[in-house]
Amino acid sequence: MSARLAAPARVAGGLFAFILDIGVALFKRPFQLKEFLLQAWFIVQVTIVPTALVSIPFGAVIALQVGGLIKQFGAQSFTGSASVLAVVREAGPIATALLIAGAAGSAIAADFGARKIREELDAMMVLGIDPIQRLVVPRTLAMMLIAVFLNGMVTIVGVAGGYVFNVILQDGTPGAYLASFTALAQLPDMYQGLIKALVFGFLAAVVASYKGMNAKGGPKGVGDAVNESVVITFVMLFVVNFFISSLYIQLVPPKGM
Amino acid sequence: MGTDVGIVGLTKQFGSQVIWRDVTLTLPAGEISVMLGPSGTGKSVLLKTIIGLIKPNTGSVMIQGTDIANCSEKELYEVRKLFGVLFQDGAMFGSMDLYDNVAFPLREHTKKSESEIRNIVMEKMELVGLLGAENKFPGEISGGMRKRAGLARALVLDPEILLVDEPDSGLDPVRTAYLNQLFIDLNQAIDATFLIVTHDINSCRTVPDNIGLLYHKHLAMFGPREMLLSSEEPVVAQFLNAQRVGPIGMSEEKDADELAAESHIEMPPLPPIPKQISPTNGLPRRGERPAGQWCRENGVTPPPGSFGEAVPVAQEFSQGT
Repeated sequence: MSARLAAPARVAGGLFAFILDIGVALFKRPFQLKEFLLQAWFIVQVTIVPTALVSIPFGAVIALQVGGLIKQFGAQSFTGSASVLAVVREAGPIATALLIAGAAGSAIAADFGARKIREELDAMMVLGIDPIQRLVVPRTLAMMLIAVFLNGMVTIVGVAGGYVFNVILQDGTPGAYLASFTALAQLPDMYQGLIKALVFGFLAAVVASYKGMNAKGGPKGVGDAVNESVVITFVMLFVVNFFISSLYIQLVPPKGM
Repeated sequence: MGTDVGIVGLTKQFGSQVIWRDVTLTLPAGEISVMLGPSGTGKSVLLKTIIGLIKPNTGSVMIQGTDIANCSEKELYEVRKLFGVLFQDGAMFGSMDLYDNVAFPLREHTKKSESEIRNIVMEKMELVGLLGAENKFPGEISGGMRKRAGLARALVLDPEILLVDEPDSGLDPVRTAYLNQLFIDLNQAIDATFLIVTHDINSCRTVPDNIGLLYHKHLAMFGPREMLLSSEEPVVAQFLNAQRVGPIGMSEEKDADELAAESHIEMPPLPPIPKQISPTNGLPRRGERPAGQWCRENGVTPPPGSFGEAVPVAQEFSQGT
């Protein structure tokens, strides 16, 4: 019984120890620039198309819901602002999180898992090279960078999608939509979105690397590691998203107050 | 070149399961040692403990004054530069071709120019007979080739200690014979300390200078090849001669009933000790000892027919009747 209770604690503890290891390895030289660029490019390749495809309906759905709701209140002139607020603050980071965890994170976990069971990671350590410094740090930084870019892309595509929906399908006026952008939304909203994306990228990379590097039990172990890493990352990102949002609402006063 | 590996009082447990207890032995510098044992006795775990991939519960592994089992991460990465390790499946990096794989340690650890690296890599590739396959990827070649490529990578930093995990698993007998010859020639050329983990009886009878046997969670015996091959100790004799009669059963150890039932059976006589493989160029290795020396020094009569001498006809006749 106690062993059963201890197991999740051990995973959590191992994950924190792993994060500390990454923190230490972050400052070790030489920095693996080539690996960083290669990985960043790889992450872009696996995420960019799904991100674009997800963000259009995401923006549209928000415009649909918000537009309908706001019409009932008779505040159509704020449609643009509400939609921007929703996309920049929440939808952008969440869509980014889904893709970072689902597409890039699973790829990283699978890669590390395969390397682990083929003893490649052991071989690397034996060759005197720390896999955390050589492989994990560049992936983590690449993931954070690309998460920020993806967040920007989701935001722009989402807002544009909202515009199209509002103007063409909900008979909104282009001028009102654009003019109301800054009525409720403010610059800190965007900073908050960026910070969220950074944190999500970091967590997704760390969990995927940790799970992949601790895969065991042959090919099935790799599958399990990928599966667990995606599930854990999703749960973690949504929880962290809630905390960052509530913190933000406490710390930054809404516009005009 | 070559350095001692001093292992003292090593114990490893996974949870409550003891892998082996109180293993003490010294791998002599520049000599070839083989570690044997039935499947599942923790031979690979021992190998990984020697390179510090697994931390033992107690005990120490001393290499040039550093205790690998208890040193800091930084020291560990330093000491590991003395090692070359060949993993079971070669453990080649799947994302690189063979050339980049072999060049990898050089690029990471030395400031050599690409042309110098090319010379070294090509030399090692030739040594293991892989010239022409440099641009293949690990996924495109056979297991035997992967193993040889892994060996080339293990050799590229001129290791002082070479650890080899089951070089003969999944290889055909001819390739195994070539690989065994390669180990002997390599040992002559680089004078490194070799530790080979295997359960191929033929290899272990003809390749090493020293043999160790892990059995029933401890090191049953470690010593010169002739000492183990002429040993009447039941476990050693049974394993080295691949027999069913003896204390080792299908499941690790036989139970008391089976042993009692067998107690009246005599262990069959030991087969002759074969000659050790000698280097292809005919020159002796540093760690090599003349055939039969250990037996003479310790007053042990080797089994008849040992070291390629003719079996006296009368004796063979008397055995037959």
